[in-house]
Amino acid sequence: MQLSFKAASRKRTPACLADLPAGSEAVIDRLDLPGDLAARLMELGFIPGHRVSAARSAPGGDPRVFRVDGAEIALRRETARHIVVRNN
Amino acid sequence: MSACHGRPDSVALAAPSAAGAPPRLVALIGPPNSGKTTLFNRLTGLRQKVANFPGVTVEHHIGKAHLPGHHAVDIIDLPGIYSLNPRSEDEQVTHDVLTGAMPGLRRPDGVILVLDSTNLQRHLPLAAAVLSLRLPTLVVLNMADDLRQRGGAVDTEALANQLGAPVVLVSAATGEGVKSLAQFLTGGIAVPRVVELPVLQDVPACRQWARDISRQARYTHPAPPVWTRRLDGVFLHPLLGPLVFALVVAAVFQSIFSWARPLMDGVQAAVAVSGAGMRAVLPDGWLESLVVDGAWSGVGAVVVFLPQILLLFLFIVLLEDSGYLARAALIADRTMARVGLQGKSFIPLLSAYACAVPAIMATRTIENRRDRIATILIAPFMTCSARLPVYTLIIAAFIPERPFVGGLLGTRAAALLGLYLLGFLAAIGTARLLKSSVLRSERTPFVLEMPPYRMPTLTSIGLRLWDRALAFLKRAGTVILGVAILLWILASVPTIDGQQPPIEQSLAGTLGRAIEPLIEPLGFNWKIGIGLITSLAAREVIVGTLGTIYGMDPDHNSAGLQAALQKELTFGGAVALLVFFAFAMQCMSTLAVVRRETGGWKWPAIQFFYMGALAYVCAWIAHALLS
Ligand SMILES: Nc1nc2c(ncn2[C@@H]2O[C@H](COP(=O)(O)OP(=O)(O)OP(=O)(O)O)[C@@H](O)[C@H]2O)c(=O)[nH]1
Ligand SMILES: [Mg+2]
Repeated sequence: MQLSFKAASRKRTPACLADLPAGSEAVIDRLDLPGDLAARLMELGFIPGHRVSAARSAPGGDPRVFRVDGAEIALRRETARHIVVRNN
Repeated sequence: MSACHGRPDSVALAAPSAAGAPPRLVALIGPPNSGKTTLFNRLTGLRQKVANFPGVTVEHHIGKAHLPGHHAVDIIDLPGIYSLNPRSEDEQVTHDVLTGAMPGLRRPDGVILVLDSTNLQRHLPLAAAVLSLRLPTLVVLNMADDLRQRGGAVDTEALANQLGAPVVLVSAATGEGVKSLAQFLTGGIAVPRVVELPVLQDVPACRQWARDISRQARYTHPAPPVWTRRLDGVFLHPLLGPLVFALVVAAVFQSIFSWARPLMDGVQAAVAVSGAGMRAVLPDGWLESLVVDGAWSGVGAVVVFLPQILLLFLFIVLLEDSGYLARAALIADRTMARVGLQGKSFIPLLSAYACAVPAIMATRTIENRRDRIATILIAPFMTCSARLPVYTLIIAAFIPERPFVGGLLGTRAAALLGLYLLGFLAAIGTARLLKSSVLRSERTPFVLEMPPYRMPTLTSIGLRLWDRALAFLKRAGTVILGVAILLWILASVPTIDGQQPPIEQSLAGTLGRAIEPLIEPLGFNWKIGIGLITSLAAREVIVGTLGTIYGMDPDHNSAGLQAALQKELTFGGAVALLVFFAFAMQCMSTLAVVRRETGGWKWPAIQFFYMGALAYVCAWIAHALLS
């Protein structure tokens, strides 16, 4: 299932951070992750309501680098998949 | 004191004065990579390791800040933390020191909270946590130079008002504003004024609080780092990235062989000339033999490799200081995931190219304990700098220099690269074995902050290389000299008619022969056997030992070590020796640190026997195949 981010948001179905195309921006909606990992990610800036954008990735496309609050954090796709984002 | 805005309206603690009272103890706290160690070094004049990636400092270090006209203050440098909930061993250290739970260390009298001013909104939530400890606190906003250069600004007075604690804006790297710390360190330090803090467990609330107070402090976020974006455009480019990486690796190995050569020849000539000088001055007899043939040929044989080791370190320092290391971990994550580890394990593995001991310490940043043990167990397979002299010596003696890979690499550099790859593959294979059996665990997530690229300064590079050179020479002057003298004694007894015995009849020769049956299948004779025994002290000792043995052997001592080796070993034996050194665990310091970090003898024992068995079997196969 490779839903493009744009298509997903047009239909107003929730999209995940993993599908955010490089260079585009979204707003974090929620983190569907175990408490400890969610807390660590929030300490790093992945906070519901905050803006996030996708930057470069490792050569294979995974892990990817995301920008939050001016910092760059690398996450694997399997983690980013559980971060739900919306368009604004 | 315009930069320091203290409002000590609660009880001020007395300044340290009474003679005999312990010096004031102040801890440096802050998020990873915010510049704590840089500030520590500036305050204390020490040279703890600074590098541009999160998780450099993994244990506490204490140093004295000498402030003119004041009593010295003890400063503790600590590992970086994101919050007061420790998730890994390094964060636990900071937690223990702050709560007074660290054995042998009392609770600090005060805290210097070091935040990166270019990342203020992300770093301020930690201030809420630290202020809630109710310890006298000074807030240092570091990287003032970077903030200004990228067009950011902050009103420290307004921020001090919001936080109830003094705030200073400094640049630990340039020294700007660091003087203003003296007032806090030596004056009456005060517990912060009570201000309203968010509930610490509520991360979004803490972040909102950080936003609000940075707005009140008129914080202007700096522009994004342009150069970091541009460089990542190359280093993380799907095609250019790997290409640049391959070219850099080729350049490293080629240069270790060719650029270091003239310098090494110079050192070699100096060793030879000084040896001859000593021979001329010293009276003929045992003293001359001990000094020149024993000690000097042993130490000299190793010292020759100093230029090469420094060159290797230069590359490692550039990698660590520039910020590329974090990108390397990012790129390596997929490979590491395939064997059950994650990209973070790659950072200690890369520093193991210098030495396994600090690398094993650096695994403290790995949150999952099983991943951490697996990384500790595989780190000694990475080619540490102590193996480099052994590899270079044998490669130079047995592999003719020819252009290879279209002239990009010589055959010798390629052979060296092959040995590094061999070690890496052994590490990866072992990790896979461990992670699919005894150390199996759930996949652990990879979360790593990418620091901005920074230009390494000439002074920081120079100082680190200087420290490395001193450490190398110190080792040559202690372990290697000690072994050389001991070996000379063992090779000089029992005397025959008051004369030195032929070396094979000496005690050393007898010992070497005793183990000869064990190592003969690998193609090694008893002289190599003596080298293998002494290399248990440290790998490069074998080079010194062979230097001493051939120095004392009248048939060889004129020909030089390389020529001597060519007579002693067949090609198959030489390859077997290389393979043996690639795999065997011949390092007491590594075993000691593994025991300390894993809390017992179980893992170091397993590691020693596993690596030894692998080394023996693979060396046997190599010898059998090639002869
Ligand atoms: N531009 C600039 N760079 C700085 C400054 N202070 C530190 N750095 C750089 O920031 C990086 C991190 O410095 P460290 O002192 O190792 O940081 P740390 O807080 O001890 O990091 P950890 O030990 O990993 O927690 C290094 O590359 C330093 O050279 C500064 O004031 N200005
Ligand atoms: Mg540090």
